[in-house]
Amino acid sequence: MGLASFLKSRLVPAELEAQVDRIRKPIGSLGYDPWGYNNDAIKYGLSVTRQVYERYFRVQADGVDNVPAEGPVLIIANHSGQLPLDGLLVGYALASRQEKPRIPRAMIERFFPTVPWLGNLLNEMGAVLGDPVNCAKMLENDEAVIVFPEGVRGSGKLYRDRYQLKRFGNGFMHLAMKYNATIVPVGVVGCEETIPAIANIKPLANALGVPYVPVALPFIFPAKVHLNFGPPMHFDNTEIPEDIVSERVEAVKAEISRLIDKGLSERKRLF
Amino acid sequence: MTTKRRPHILVTGAAGALAQQVINQLRDTCDLVAVDFREQVYLGDDIPSYCIDFNKRVFEDLFRRYQFDGVIHLGRILSSQLTRMRRYNANVLGTQKLLDLSQKYGIRRIIVLSTYHVYGAVAYNPALIDESAPLKSAGLSADLVDSVELENLANIYLWRYPELNITILRPCNIVGPGVRNSMSSLLGSERAPVLAGFSPMMQFIHIDDMADAIVLAWQKPVKGVFNVAPQDWVAYQQALKLCGCQRIPLPSIPPIIPKAISKVLNLHSFPPFLLSFFKYPVVIDGRAFAREFDFTPKRPLKEIFRYYQNNKKPV
Repeated sequence: MGLASFLKSRLVPAELEAQVDRIRKPIGSLGYDPWGYNNDAIKYGLSVTRQVYERYFRVQADGVDNVPAEGPVLIIANHSGQLPLDGLLVGYALASRQEKPRIPRAMIERFFPTVPWLGNLLNEMGAVLGDPVNCAKMLENDEAVIVFPEGVRGSGKLYRDRYQLKRFGNGFMHLAMKYNATIVPVGVVGCEETIPAIANIKPLANALGVPYVPVALPFIFPAKVHLNFGPPMHFDNTEIPEDIVSERVEAVKAEISRLIDKGLSERKRLF
Repeated sequence: MTTKRRPHILVTGAAGALAQQVINQLRDTCDLVAVDFREQVYLGDDIPSYCIDFNKRVFEDLFRRYQFDGVIHLGRILSSQLTRMRRYNANVLGTQKLLDLSQKYGIRRIIVLSTYHVYGAVAYNPALIDESAPLKSAGLSADLVDSVELENLANIYLWRYPELNITILRPCNIVGPGVRNSMSSLLGSERAPVLAGFSPMMQFIHIDDMADAIVLAWQKPVKGVFNVAPQDWVAYQQALKLCGCQRIPLPSIPPIIPKAISKVLNLHSFPPFLLSFFKYPVVIDGRAFAREFDFTPKRPLKEIFRYYQNNKKPV
């Protein structure tokens, strides 16, 4: 037995491996897809994420069955907490569901591919550079894609602005309409408390070429996370002016806001 | 009774393994003339072979003598060969001469071999780049300008002289027996450099499949620009592993360090201007070509890598 297979036998539970193998991804002969997703790497990734999901953040996910079992899907969620932990947890919730699991793809910030090791690691786990062409091609491939329309405006916000939705970009709505993708809104509650930031050192962020440098404790708090998946939303592909598209985006935003409020009211304590 | 005239084709880059594969596939049905600027190669008694610089006047004599119907232009000097100036002369000015002569002598079909390098490797590249994507590499490295210029020229002639029926092929990494490009030498070596922490997705096409693609393109005169790549992908470092290469990581950030190392050690197969291709993925979408020309690659990646694993010192 080689080292790789030994490690795999120790780290990856057999039922999780079977679960991943059950999910049919459009991959090539060596287990990769064009964006760098790797069928073996994801098994390690999910094993580690399982501990983080179940033990550390003790995630409570409701309505995950609202995500259709097949076809193009855009999972739209609020973004928070400095690190893209919310994407990881939403992804795991869908990959680990008992009925017809899916491995969704997360759109990530443009600076990640320039970071050694981390960029490749994220790609192997299914994360993809947040480019509209990537999103369009993946929807064509019938993938489920996690999008945070707030982008860094959401993830980089300070603790005092928690649970306030920032401006949503319209890009996801255009893609959903063009590729006839189902939109599943998700309200994430808890990630705001994982890395509470009191300030953002903008000059340092500019100098380093990163989106933000938060002033926060170098620690991720084990806040209990609630994920509320809302009912699927469909939008037709008629020729409409941009302000009507914005109205549709606002409808999704309002639904996410409702789901966040639901999560906040369900939450009994922070940790 | 008159017999149908066999098509006369000029094949450039005849000293390369790919041209020889194409010649072998077409020699039974076409009358071929082979040229190469590097050396004269013997391809059998039935195929005249010349060593000619396209920029010399004698090149035109070939057009006068053989009355070509088509040109298969595979004689692009690779970015890892010769100096920048000589590459520009051969690839850009030489190709212009070739296209001018083709127009003058009424050629009806031209296939130009380009490369996926024209798209340029940047961190923001989406995957499955299609043919309408901008060609960024000219802005990234002066050493790749000739590749982009060659394409621009071919594109101008494509639209200005539609009767030439120009098809430009942009293949991914062509590898396999006899291929002498930088990727093939990396896969065939005992040890290969990698940029620490970067293992971009890559595509490889077997030389026999690429020859099939060129022959298919010859047989169906549909003009345009097409990517040629199989629907299969692998990370660079994994490819090296499967070829039995020991990976030598070079420090990857800041980018000036690997460039300096490559320059000082004079790494021919890992040149400074190609380093970004070992850092960021350039994954092209070959589906348009596959659909239009009914092309299916037959040699899987595993077979390609097995060849390199078993032939660590290719001839």
